[in-house]
Amino acid sequence: MIINGVTIDATFAEAFPMKATRAIITAQNEKWAMIAAQAMTGFATSVIACGCEAGIERVLSPEETPDGRDGVSVMIFAMGGKSLAKQLETRAGQCVLTAPTSALFAGIESDIKIPLGKNLRYFGDGFQIAKKISGKRYWRIPVMDGEFLAEATTGQVNAIGGGNFLVLATSQPQALAACEAAIEAMRKIPNVIMPFPGGVVRSGSKVGSKYKTLNASTNDAFCPTLKGATTTDLSPDIESVMEIVIDGLTKEDIDKAMRVGIQAVCDLGADNGIRRISAGNYGGKLGPFHFHLQEIMA
Amino acid sequence: MSALTFSLKTQPAQRVDLSPLVPQLLQGLSIADIAAIELQSGKAKLRVDELFTIEGDDTQNIIIKNSTAKLDFIGKELENATITVEGDAGAYLGIGMKSGTIKVTGNAGLYAACEMKNGYLEIAGNTGDFLGAALPGNKMGMKGGTILIKGNAGERVGDHLRRGTILIEGNAGDYCGSRMTAGTIAVMGNTGKYLGYAMRRGTLLLWNAPQLSASFNDCGSHTLAFLPILFASFKSLDSKFADASVAFNRVQRYAGDMAEIGQGEVLVKL
Repeated sequence: MIINGVTIDATFAEAFPMKATRAIITAQNEKWAMIAAQAMTGFATSVIACGCEAGIERVLSPEETPDGRDGVSVMIFAMGGKSLAKQLETRAGQCVLTAPTSALFAGIESDIKIPLGKNLRYFGDGFQIAKKISGKRYWRIPVMDGEFLAEATTGQVNAIGGGNFLVLATSQPQALAACEAAIEAMRKIPNVIMPFPGGVVRSGSKVGSKYKTLNASTNDAFCPTLKGATTTDLSPDIESVMEIVIDGLTKEDIDKAMRVGIQAVCDLGADNGIRRISAGNYGGKLGPFHFHLQEIMA
Repeated sequence: MSALTFSLKTQPAQRVDLSPLVPQLLQGLSIADIAAIELQSGKAKLRVDELFTIEGDDTQNIIIKNSTAKLDFIGKELENATITVEGDAGAYLGIGMKSGTIKVTGNAGLYAACEMKNGYLEIAGNTGDFLGAALPGNKMGMKGGTILIKGNAGERVGDHLRRGTILIEGNAGDYCGSRMTAGTIAVMGNTGKYLGYAMRRGTLLLWNAPQLSASFNDCGSHTLAFLPILFASFKSLDSKFADASVAFNRVQRYAGDMAEIGQGEVLVKL
């Protein structure tokens, strides 16, 4: 398959099951809601060492937030319910509770509830106040700038992590420009996050390593400087490869995000140095969800 | 199916205990069975059909027409059903109700919604003392749900209130929110003396400055983030509370009752 001179490989991206949640952060204005959201989703690019993958889903208008203020929705993905709850609690406590004027609300409904403000309330040292409004429990925690309002719990749902595609280009600036275009388009899709810095990862990994202590290492088949030194997957004209990783609530959400992302890359086309789109295919070692590039772009 | 309607034929001489006429006890009964139920009235027992004409068959939707203030215990421990009272209701309206809706077009007597557990109770007129309170000797009043009073409420509103919301469009009498453990009482009109007497926790939300006891301490003026959420929850009500123009988030906060544990609050609109 070739779109605008860009070859779409006959391969698939492998993804794996995760647990996910969404929280809504509001603040006095969008600037401070975004600061809290960025802090909360910081150091959360990969479960390999961060404990979770997190990202900003989108900015919310005051009409869309529970308290009528500017807001940002964030999503957190982890390998299990316990680690998700732990990550959510520590990040909410250290990054949102601490951020001036912020408030924190549940962003997803589910029968499985995980604590949001439920345990943070103890920061109130006995001065905290519970309010049950329309069936939802909120905690009002006195803090130095006024009151931190946090909904007691949010929902936990099954989700998918590790959807991805690789952009193969004739130069590093062209690969990055294509990825930037893809991320801009993909950020308009709900229920997905691209957890890496700016949504783009330049150090894609393969499963396993020659070193026993590591369970992931550089994807040497796609490293352009190793074209002559390893079993490469790159043609001589490829000088740079970047990857976009997508975590989403459902397979359909990831399908949609991959489609608009790959389309945005292909719109730049061969004229802008984009040669191929491939995917992180680990021969079935990584996960049960397979995203076939050519099916997605059909 | 049409609503099961009890139309009062004549004013009863004595007070009448209407607690047997609740949906959960009438389910599956024929009109004849219902007519034969005996109601306690003073020392006497009266058959339902001596007091009421009975029409309709939907036991989950009951209407009491020509109701008077002598009909007590209407909607006792109501579960998942609707009761509409056309006229006044007596004492203990909706006592211990668990879920569902009770609406009264007139006034209600003492102890309305006392020890209510959940659901929605609306009184278009005034209500007597001990609205949403605990019965004498008990420690826990209303535990959940919403009460809307469009008129005035008597004394001791929400005595021992544990959880839930009481909304009063008019005035509240003395000792409003006394001994409350938690929950919210909002009063648009005026409040009487000894507001929040011995309250432990909970919120008294007022539109007009109250006469506060010395055991309430001023905590200053604040913009509170939970108030817009609280007011948004009133939007579906047929009430002044649903009007966005009455909502506010800027308040003077008083903590009390300091003679108790002092974790309650009186919030007064600024």
